[in-house]
Amino acid sequence: MEPQKQYVLRTVEERGVRLIRLWFPDVLGQLKSFAISPAELETAFDEGMHFDGSAIDGFSRIQESDVLARPDPNTFELLPWGERDETSARMFCDIENLDGTPFEGDPRQVLKRNLRKARERGFTFYVAPEMEFFYFAEGSGTASPRPLDTGSYFDLTTADVASDLRKRTIHTLEAMGIPVEYSFHEDSPSQHEIDLRYTDALTMADNVMTFRLVVREIAMERGFYATFMPKPLPHVQGSGMHTHMSLFEGDTNAFYDPADEYRLSKIAKGFIAGLLQHAPELTAITNQLVNSYKRLIIGTEAPAHVSWARNNRSALLRVPITKKGKESSVRVEYRAPDPACNPYLAFSVMLAAGMKGIEAGYELPSETNVNVFELTAAERAAEGLHELPASLAEALDSMEGSELMAEALGEHIFEWFLRNKREEWADYRAQVTPFELERYLPTW
Amino acid sequence: MEPLLVHPDPPVPELAQALDLAGYPWKAVADELGASRLEPEGGWGGAVLVVAEEAEAAWALARALRKRDVPVEPLLLLVAGTHLGDLQLRDELFDDFCLHPFHPRELEARLRHLLWRAGGRSAPDVVAYGPLEMNLETYQATIDGRPVDLTYMEYELLKFLAQHPGRVFTRETLLSRVWGYEYYGGARTVDVHIRRLRAKLGEEHAGLITTVRSVGYRFGTSRWG
Repeated sequence: MEPQKQYVLRTVEERGVRLIRLWFPDVLGQLKSFAISPAELETAFDEGMHFDGSAIDGFSRIQESDVLARPDPNTFELLPWGERDETSARMFCDIENLDGTPFEGDPRQVLKRNLRKARERGFTFYVAPEMEFFYFAEGSGTASPRPLDTGSYFDLTTADVASDLRKRTIHTLEAMGIPVEYSFHEDSPSQHEIDLRYTDALTMADNVMTFRLVVREIAMERGFYATFMPKPLPHVQGSGMHTHMSLFEGDTNAFYDPADEYRLSKIAKGFIAGLLQHAPELTAITNQLVNSYKRLIIGTEAPAHVSWARNNRSALLRVPITKKGKESSVRVEYRAPDPACNPYLAFSVMLAAGMKGIEAGYELPSETNVNVFELTAAERAAEGLHELPASLAEALDSMEGSELMAEALGEHIFEWFLRNKREEWADYRAQVTPFELERYLPTW
Repeated sequence: MEPLLVHPDPPVPELAQALDLAGYPWKAVADELGASRLEPEGGWGGAVLVVAEEAEAAWALARALRKRDVPVEPLLLLVAGTHLGDLQLRDELFDDFCLHPFHPRELEARLRHLLWRAGGRSAPDVVAYGPLEMNLETYQATIDGRPVDLTYMEYELLKFLAQHPGRVFTRETLLSRVWGYEYYGGARTVDVHIRRLRAKLGEEHAGLITTVRSVGYRFGTSRWG
């Protein structure tokens, strides 16, 4: 037996683990889980665990609905919460068809496939997301959310509940091997940001799933509610998931070129150009909720146009200025994604767009140094600035016509996602919102 | 088993004979230098030092063996009656002793017991450094007695570092020694795992692993100073 599996079996025995939770993401990036006992662990490793895929969104097909969950022993972690005598652990799973081939509806397999493609070209893909979220007093979904504080950007709010929650969260994350780079109070009341340290994209996607669970668990322990909804409050900044990315060739940062004026290599420029070129097509994946598009509006810090810059926070894509001698930290920051995305798919499509730019040798458009939000629509058009999709419907239209997205996601997920999201949009369109009632009922 | 270190060199003939009869492999060394030069690949299996005519040299060697990063254990002394007083205030330098000249049966019994105790309790099953303890048999690590939950690769990396305290390893060395094959992802993988390890060790103990600028990483400090 592989030493990794041996290690897991032994740890389960030594630490008295009672339950092993097998985790996997569905197509929308919700965490799914089922538990097995230690006695079943060896079978799970050897044969995989059968389950009915049709019970779960996106994993449903009319015929052969049975699939196998195969735990990845490298992702074994003890869960640092729960009852003392109910020690449990988790492992992420790959989902396979009964014949052992990767299941097309499994986002983890999609990301693995895209990473493999990059690897064939000699690249490792590293990512570091900045996770933003809100704490609220409750999360019923009917009442309007009540913030826990009125703090603002970088505020040090003393002894308040939210900073205590954040501290405990970071502690738990670190104990689970998810190192944190920074954390601070964000712009909006009760909004917080925790930046995760870069790691390879697959581990990071697993980390984002774990992160969202940990943040929620810790809030819930104290009777509060944490949300990654992109725009829970009107009139204040929403929550983003700015994603820093770089490609490495072995130990060398493939984005770095000391001779270039921007210190960007040809590879970096192709990657950026690819992301910009395909940004509208991949937005449905990085911003998958109706609500996502209420964040991507002019006048907030979220991007609404396709542009890049070194030091311009209104740009969609930023190349952070790095310290001299820090060539390994040369990277690009893509600012559209929000934390309600499916990280496996989001990392997949961003990588695919960047790789496409490299392979096809896209030209890097010129940097946008003006504040995009201060330009008029005509000026923006003159600058050649395209808009990001303004709604989920527009984003889906863009995505539907994209060969690149179909290839990056695979036909199965591509089709399922479009169908599912078209339904969501139809449901939304059938609503009459408070805005309409307030505005139109009295006057028309 | 690994050979026992025997001092002085050439050895006391009765000792050589007793060890041969009892079936313990051994090598005689003259001093500390010889102890490291002749050291078997897996380290010394233990040591038997005679404190008689060359008492000064024997004590110096005992001290050197104990001061190592991984001390040589068990250490049995054969002490001449006139040197019994030497044992005072030197308790940390030996595990047991026999009066010299010794009885071969007594030597064998004491050695067997010492080796049993050493094998059951420590090396090579436990790697300990400061607050960190790693049980290599059960794959468990504790810090200040509290369990640290590691993934397999984190565990392997920490084990390797903790087995060589004070040594600076380059990322490439760690990659080849710990991952053991052309691991895809290169040396950045090492950085990522070091960060995860530091995070898990907790703020208080994150300093156990230090970054040596433009070289690599070091675990703890060498007891050689």
